[in-house]
Amino acid sequence: MFGRLVYESFRRQKRRKLLAGVAITLGVGVATAMIAVATDIGDKISRELRSYGANLIVTPQEDTLDVQIGGVDLKPPSDGTYLNEADLPKIKGMFWRNNIVGFAPMLPVSVHVNDADVTSLTLIGTYFSKRLTFGKQDFVTGVRVTHPWWKVQGAWPDDNSFDVLLGESLASRLGSKAGDEIEIAGQTHRVTGILSTGGAEDGQIVAPLALAQQILDKPGAVRRVYVSALTKPEDAFARRDPQTLRGAEYDRWYCSPYAASIAFQLQEAIPHSHAEQIRQIAQNEGTVLSRIKGLMLLVTLAALFASALAVSAAMATAIFERRNEVGLMKALGAGNISVAALFFAEALLLALIGGVLGFAGGALLARQIGQSIFDSQITIEPVLFPLILAIAVIVTFGGSAVAIRRAVKFDPVYALRGET
Amino acid sequence: MSSPRNSDLANRRAARPHTSMFLRMLMRAAVLRRGRAASALLAMVVAASVATAMLNLYVDVQAKLRKEFRNYGANILVVAKDGQALPADTLDKVRAALGGRGLAVPFAYAVARTSDGQSVVVSGTDLDQVRKLDSWWSVTAWPNASQDALLGSRAAGVVSPQRKAFDLSFRQRTIHLKPAGTLRTGASEDSRIYLSLQDFENWTGVQPSTIEIASSGSPEEVNALIKKLSQTLPTAEVRPIRQITEGEARVLGKTRSTLAAAAALIIATAALCVLSTLIGWVFDRRRDFAIMKALGASEGLIGGFFAAEAAALGAVGAIVGFGIGIGVAAWIGRVNFHAPVVPRFDVLPIVFVGSIVVALVSAVLPIFLLRRVQPAMILRGE
Repeated sequence: MFGRLVYESFRRQKRRKLLAGVAITLGVGVATAMIAVATDIGDKISRELRSYGANLIVTPQEDTLDVQIGGVDLKPPSDGTYLNEADLPKIKGMFWRNNIVGFAPMLPVSVHVNDADVTSLTLIGTYFSKRLTFGKQDFVTGVRVTHPWWKVQGAWPDDNSFDVLLGESLASRLGSKAGDEIEIAGQTHRVTGILSTGGAEDGQIVAPLALAQQILDKPGAVRRVYVSALTKPEDAFARRDPQTLRGAEYDRWYCSPYAASIAFQLQEAIPHSHAEQIRQIAQNEGTVLSRIKGLMLLVTLAALFASALAVSAAMATAIFERRNEVGLMKALGAGNISVAALFFAEALLLALIGGVLGFAGGALLARQIGQSIFDSQITIEPVLFPLILAIAVIVTFGGSAVAIRRAVKFDPVYALRGET
Repeated sequence: MSSPRNSDLANRRAARPHTSMFLRMLMRAAVLRRGRAASALLAMVVAASVATAMLNLYVDVQAKLRKEFRNYGANILVVAKDGQALPADTLDKVRAALGGRGLAVPFAYAVARTSDGQSVVVSGTDLDQVRKLDSWWSVTAWPNASQDALLGSRAAGVVSPQRKAFDLSFRQRTIHLKPAGTLRTGASEDSRIYLSLQDFENWTGVQPSTIEIASSGSPEEVNALIKKLSQTLPTAEVRPIRQITEGEARVLGKTRSTLAAAAALIIATAALCVLSTLIGWVFDRRRDFAIMKALGASEGLIGGFFAAEAAALGAVGAIVGFGIGIGVAAWIGRVNFHAPVVPRFDVLPIVFVGSIVVALVSAVLPIFLLRRVQPAMILRGE
C-alpha cells in the first residue's frame, strides 16, 4: 500500500514532482560544479602563477660574488665555478619530479660582435625548448617554459643549431633584423629572431647552450639553472631547518612540496650545487594562491547555501500544495507518522534522483569551466559522489521537515472544505 | 459560511479606512496568505542577496587582488640612459605623476672594493621604502643608524664572515661600515650591500640611476603612467617589468573568469528558485483567479493584479536582498582579504530590474496558462 501511494503520487503529480526535482537537480548540479572548481582551483592557479617564471635557482656551491647591476654583469663572467650540464636531467629523477614544470640552464659569456664594435656584450647560452631524456622519460624544457614573458619576433632558434636571438635594444643599435647574419667571436651565426623581455636580455644575445660553451671552451659548463616548480604555500613547518628535524617529521618535510624542500632535493640531485628559492616569486605565490583559494571557498559556501535554500523552498512549496491530500488521508484514518513517512519517502526518492542527475550535470559543468578558462580539465573526485548525495538528501529532508510538520498538523476538516 | 474567523475579519475590515479596491486586494492577498507570501519573498530576498554579493565581489575582487599582486614589487622601471645618473628632480617628478597611488624607490649603484681587493656591488637606497616595496626580502635586522649596512647573504660571507665592521673603498675614498643584518632573496640582491642613500651619496658622490615603481593601477593606468613618465623624463628609459605585469594579468584574468562563471551559475540557480516558487504560488491561487473572472473582472485587470503583486514582491525582495548581499560581500572581503569589499551601488539597478523581471515572468506565465481554462472548472476543483 505504502509503495503504491508513493508510486501513484509520482505518476499523477508529474508537474509538481518535476518542479521539485528540477530544483534539486539544479541545486546539486551547481553545488557539485562549485565544489569541484573550488577543490581544483589551487592546482590551476598555481600553474598559472608559473607564468611569473622560475621560483628556484641552482648555483655552484662555491660560487663567486655576482658583480651585476641591472642585470648586466660587470665582472669577467669566465671566472668562477660551474655546474655540469650532464647532471641536469637528474632533476626529473627526484621525488617531486612531477612538480617540476621546467628548468633552464644559463651560461653567460662575454663576446665581441662584428669586430667593429669595441664594447663587449653578454651572450647567454641556454635551452629554448630542448628535448631531454631521463631513464625512459622524455621531456621538453627551456626558457620557453620558465620565462613565458619572453617574446620573439621571428622564430626561436633550434637548440641543436648555432643560431641566435638578439635582444630588442641591441638589435636596433646594430641595425639587425631577423634573418640577418651576425659575427660572434669570429664566427658567423644566423639571427632567427628578435627577443623582447623587458629586462637586461634586451641588450644581450641569447644562444643555444652549446654555442656559449664553445665560446668559453668549457664543454658541459652551466653557470646557473632556473627551475620552475609547483609548490605548496610556505607555513611555519616549511621554515624549519631540515637539520633539526628527525624521523617522521623529516619525512613529512621532505615529502611536502614546499619550495624549501624542493630546493633541498635539487641540491641532492645535482652534485656540488646550492639551490635556493627566488623569494620574490616563491613567497608571493603562497599569498596570492591562498587568497584566491579562500575566495573560491567562500563563494562555494555561498553557492551551497543558495542551492540548499532553493531546494528547501521547492520542497516546501510541493508539500504545501498537498494539504487536501493530507486531509483526506487523515480523514481515512492515517496517523501522523504514516503521513510524514510518505512525504519523507517521496523526498528521499526525489533527492536521490535529483542528486544523481545533478552530480552528472555538475561534473559536466565543471569540466566545461575547466576547459574554457584553464584549457585543462577539472576532474571530480569519485569520493565526492556519496558526499554530494548525502548532502542532497539531508538538505531535502531539512527543507521538507517544517512543511511536513505543518501539513501533518493541519486540521483535515479545513482542508477538505477547501479553506486555507 | 460565517466561522468565527470570518466575522472577526469582517469587523476589522469595517473599522479600516477605505482604500481603493485594487490596493486592498493587493494588501489582503499578502496579509491573509502570510505563509505563502513569506516563502515567495524569502526566495526573492535570497536570490537578490546572492546576486548582489556575487556581482559586488566580481566588480571589487580585481582591486583587492591587485593589492596582493603589488607584493611582487615594482612593475615599472625608470633607468637612466647609458649608465648616467638620473637628474636630481626625477624622483619628485615620478612621485607627482604617481599621485600617491603606489611607491617609487630610488636605487644608486657602485662597484666598490673590499680591503682584500674583491669587487662587490654597493647600492644606496631609501631603506624604509624598500621594506614596503620588496616585502619578500628576508632580513634579519634592518639598519637604522648611519653607517649601518644591510649585507646580502653571499656578500656577507665575503666582506664580513664574522659579522665584524669592515671597510669598503670607492675611487680612493673609504667608508667604515657596521653590518646590521643579512638579506636573503635568492636573486642578485644576495651579492650586494645596501646602505641608506645619504651614507651612499656622502661616500661615493654617485646619484641614483634607477627608480623602481610599484603602481597599483589597472593595466591601462600603468600604461598611461609609463607614457606620461616617458614624456616628462626625456633623459631616462621607462619600461614595464614584463615578468610582473604579464603574470599578474594572466592570473587575474583567470580568477575573474572563474568568478564570473561561478556568479553566473549561482545567479541562474537563484533566479530559477524564484521562478519555481512564484509559479507555485500563483498556480495555488487559481481559485482567486477564477472567482475574479466569474465576478466579471477583465483579463487585463487580473493580469495587472498578479503582475503588480509580483512586481511589489520583486522590488521589496531586491531592496532587502541588496542590503544582505552587501553585508555578505563585505564579510567575504573581511575574512579573505582583511579589507571589506566596498559596496557598489551601481549594482543596485541591475539587481532591482533583474528581480522585478524574474518576478513578472514567473507571475505572468501561469496566468497565461490559466487564461484558457473556464473559471467554472477551477472552482469545481478539477
